[in-house]
Amino acid sequence: MSLGPGFGWHRYPALIAGAAVTLVLVTLAAVSLAWTPYPVTELVIARRLQGPSAAHWLGTDQFGRDVLSMLMAGSRNSIAVGFVAVGIGLTLGVALGMLAAARRGLIDEAVMRLGDFTFAFPAVLSAIMITAIAGPGAINAIIAIGIFNIPVFARLARGAALQVWSRDFILAARAAGKSTFRITLEHVLPNVAGLLVVQATIQFALAILAEASLAYLGLGTQPPNPSWGKMLNEAQTFMSRAPLLAVFPGLAIAVAVLGINLLGDGLRDLIDPKLRRARA
Amino acid sequence: MIQFCLRRLATLCVTLIAASAVVFVVMEVLPGDPAVVMLGTEAQPETLAALRKQLGLDRPAPERYVTWLAGFVTGDLGLSQTYRVPVSELIADRLAITGPLALAAIVLSTAIALPLGLFAAARHRRLGDAGVMAFGQLGLAVPNFWFGLLLVLVFSISLGWLPAGGFPGWQGGIGPAMRALILPAVALALPQAAILARVARSAILDAMAEDYVRTARAKGLTRRAALWRHVLRNAMIPIVTIMGLQFSFLLAGAIIIENVFYLPGLGRLVFQAISQRDLIVVKDIVVLLAGTVVFINFVVDLLYAVLDPRLRSFRT
Amino acid sequence: MKGLRSLVVLGVALAWSHAAVAQKDTLALGMSVEPPHLDPTGGAAGSIREVTYANVYEGLTRIDRNGRVQPGLAESWTRADDGLAYTFRLRGGVKFHDGKDFSSADVKFTFDRAMASDSTNAQKWIFAPIAGVETPDARSVVIKLKYPVGNFLYNLGWGDAVIFAPESAANNKTNPVGTGPFKFERWVRGDRVELAKFDQYWNKDAIKLKRVSFRFIQDPSAQVSALRAGDLDAFPSLGAPETLDQFKADKRYRVVVGATEGETILAINNTKSPLNDVRVRRALAHAVDRKSVIDGAWSGYGTPIGSHFSPLHPAYVDLTGVYPYDPAKAKALLSEAGYPNGFALSMRLPPFPYAPRAGEIVAAQLAQVGIKANIELIQAPQWLTQVFRERQYDLTIVSHTEPLDINIYARDDYYFGYVNPAFKDLIARIDRTLDDGERNRLYGEAQRMIATDSVNVFLFQLPKLGVWNADLDGLWENSPIQANDVTQAYWKR
Repeated sequence: MSLGPGFGWHRYPALIAGAAVTLVLVTLAAVSLAWTPYPVTELVIARRLQGPSAAHWLGTDQFGRDVLSMLMAGSRNSIAVGFVAVGIGLTLGVALGMLAAARRGLIDEAVMRLGDFTFAFPAVLSAIMITAIAGPGAINAIIAIGIFNIPVFARLARGAALQVWSRDFILAARAAGKSTFRITLEHVLPNVAGLLVVQATIQFALAILAEASLAYLGLGTQPPNPSWGKMLNEAQTFMSRAPLLAVFPGLAIAVAVLGINLLGDGLRDLIDPKLRRARA
Repeated sequence: MIQFCLRRLATLCVTLIAASAVVFVVMEVLPGDPAVVMLGTEAQPETLAALRKQLGLDRPAPERYVTWLAGFVTGDLGLSQTYRVPVSELIADRLAITGPLALAAIVLSTAIALPLGLFAAARHRRLGDAGVMAFGQLGLAVPNFWFGLLLVLVFSISLGWLPAGGFPGWQGGIGPAMRALILPAVALALPQAAILARVARSAILDAMAEDYVRTARAKGLTRRAALWRHVLRNAMIPIVTIMGLQFSFLLAGAIIIENVFYLPGLGRLVFQAISQRDLIVVKDIVVLLAGTVVFINFVVDLLYAVLDPRLRSFRT
Repeated sequence: MKGLRSLVVLGVALAWSHAAVAQKDTLALGMSVEPPHLDPTGGAAGSIREVTYANVYEGLTRIDRNGRVQPGLAESWTRADDGLAYTFRLRGGVKFHDGKDFSSADVKFTFDRAMASDSTNAQKWIFAPIAGVETPDARSVVIKLKYPVGNFLYNLGWGDAVIFAPESAANNKTNPVGTGPFKFERWVRGDRVELAKFDQYWNKDAIKLKRVSFRFIQDPSAQVSALRAGDLDAFPSLGAPETLDQFKADKRYRVVVGATEGETILAINNTKSPLNDVRVRRALAHAVDRKSVIDGAWSGYGTPIGSHFSPLHPAYVDLTGVYPYDPAKAKALLSEAGYPNGFALSMRLPPFPYAPRAGEIVAAQLAQVGIKANIELIQAPQWLTQVFRERQYDLTIVSHTEPLDINIYARDDYYFGYVNPAFKDLIARIDRTLDDGERNRLYGEAQRMIATDSVNVFLFQLPKLGVWNADLDGLWENSPIQANDVTQAYWKR
């Protein structure tokens, strides 16, 4: 897909909006590594629960920490969760899906039933149990979320790969004596990559939401590392006194997820213009 | 058709037995002794041993698994370790909250989503359509627990119209109980409605693009008449599928939303049971939930086959 | 004339409605946590006692609002000179809620049951000194002890030692039957427990309330709105201190900041290097600013403590000045101990509201002197099993709510891992000392000893934050034991 001189960006508003939001998110996360308005873990009890002011644009929390700084640092956490959880799902899921499509038969059946099995448990419930065994924490939460991405990618990859396998050029490759593994690598994967990238974007957004839910339930990132979901959990106690504390982190989650979803939709339109008609 | 049903049923049973084994093992390796939880810091070793014996925790694991499974299959869910009441009673109590909550959420989300989807499809590529699509994007992006918190902020803390959380029980009258469920149901339903509206819209658009609809339009049927007569019926297949899938989302959502609103429902019960190590309650509920999800998927598959006979031969 | 008559009618109606208000004899009381069941002899949860203590069940003795021992089902008693036997004279005319007469046989049954090998009493140690229970007649009980116990009468006042009847004991978890002034009516699970006045109570004229309902509301916002809406008359222990301000300015409510028996401490694993070095533990104590902890974690409510003892107790000694907040001193001590650059530790926190909050502040303060505390929030079962029983921790924060529990420092296997023969000696002497003045002096010595050794960092006494209707009186201001004793509650108008 070459973006020639005639490529009209204006035809892809979702892509542009999504890319812009995602860029801001990534920039904020990157900046927070080097600088935040205030040190993220600095507790100043004397300035606790202040409303927005010139000094603290978004106010301070129950320990007098700067909310803006925490939100910036929290974006790092969300991005990391998205990458690792999707990474786990993508590598293992695609491998399984490819295997199932290439081998069919029992392996295929096993992969599909394993997927059914994973989906039989409400995801949150399984994540709760995983963190109960392994202990709460960012890493365990990410793994729990990643596990649920495996069957998603496995199914998608299998379905798409099956279609590719039935195409003529595969027959040609087979006739040329290429191994199943080589065909998968050289012909099947490139043909389903676009689809997987789009799905990965969507799962990325879902992973951010899932991590926020787990952190809200107290099972995700541990203090003092800031996480948007955890901030909401703590804010709930102070809602009658400092209502804005419960607003900003949620806004951050919603904007980030919205941006990444738009990016995913935009990419899909770009890759598969046929779908645009129904979706735009 | 019968063979298809039987095969699906067999898979269903295997899935459930596997689920029960997994849950049992998970509960076994869960750190934290239930007896210690109940008797606290000052409990002496022999007191703990006495309690473990009373709870049947002194038996070997395989024996306990078989006993539990046998009881489960015959409808005896056992006695909650924490509350000392039959688990079935506990679940019935909690279902009286989660059931109406989930039902209200499904009804509400469908009632919002279907008209919106129709509206958007009818106004394809116009302002109304864009509005519905934007609503859909928002629904995907806004976490339901945050939406719940916002509802509490506005309707409980600022306006004081509705309770911020808790549940007064149905015994206290339908009115107060319903009031306690309004905000949770809305928090659960609205994000789902947004997603469902998008699905409904594209399903309707897809159906409208089908040849027979075009033929019908060509024969002089108005857009609206074509919509009602042909499109809706065909659009129902994907919509029903998504609603089936959403059921398990609803269950998951209910766990979180019940925690936001401190509703003593099934989701909160299982959450608390895990943190109190009321192992039997966790096992029973997880298997019941998994069973429900699997069963609903089964029903959706059946509906599929009924709605679209072509699919029967394809599916295994 | 007609107008006048309707005025009179109106006046009568007003007088009537006023009378109805004046006769209020019900109480709706809020609690944060719902009890798992209602049997205090078969579970450790404090919420069980907060519903049942003094209200539903009674023991031979009872602890009053000031933490003193009062007669309960025993109207009087004598102690043998050697302290090895107590003879109790039981009250007459006492009935259980199911109509059964109370007698010495019930006392014997209760204690035998608690001492039995299959007993699941969470405080079985209370009964450990008992050699035997004798019942010379229906209204006398003689308890023989294996060794003298200074606090025996106090211990019998615990919720774990209330008297059950053999006929109803097995069902008390879900259908409690006691001798108290209120009998169990119903339990709407997830919402409330309702009690009604027991008409055959031995002292029924002293009981003013007809009905009491305990409502369970965990969400702080919901607690506040239930009080504001008048759904609740009282919330004796609000879970969220930051909501208290809203009631202070309002004349309709009384805000009562009392004390509990909860010594909130930063517990230290004394067996682990480098925490086994007293200089390191003292450095920890100097590094922690109690005021910030109290302000940040509990909105400024709570009394700083310098040892493991309740400021309410007459034997209390203020030792907060032993290791004042002094980061420079802390650093110096760490250098002296060989850790000029500090070290890393685990801080495993239980899910009680104060612990994560205080933990975050303490961790930030320790960071100032170079100690990196890695916080891990764990569930209660893990805390009890791994931290408390298996000592898998470096630091933790917890409130020790049992009254007069400084003797835990005499237990070698306790989770602090503090081993000091001199302290054990001292506690043994306290146990044997029957004279109050002398015992209090020894208690003072014990407080100093653990403060000097800096066994733990003693943070603050957990307060009891109560809010109730200004017209309501007779509730406990402090919480010498976990209880919501409503037996003396009444409406002033």
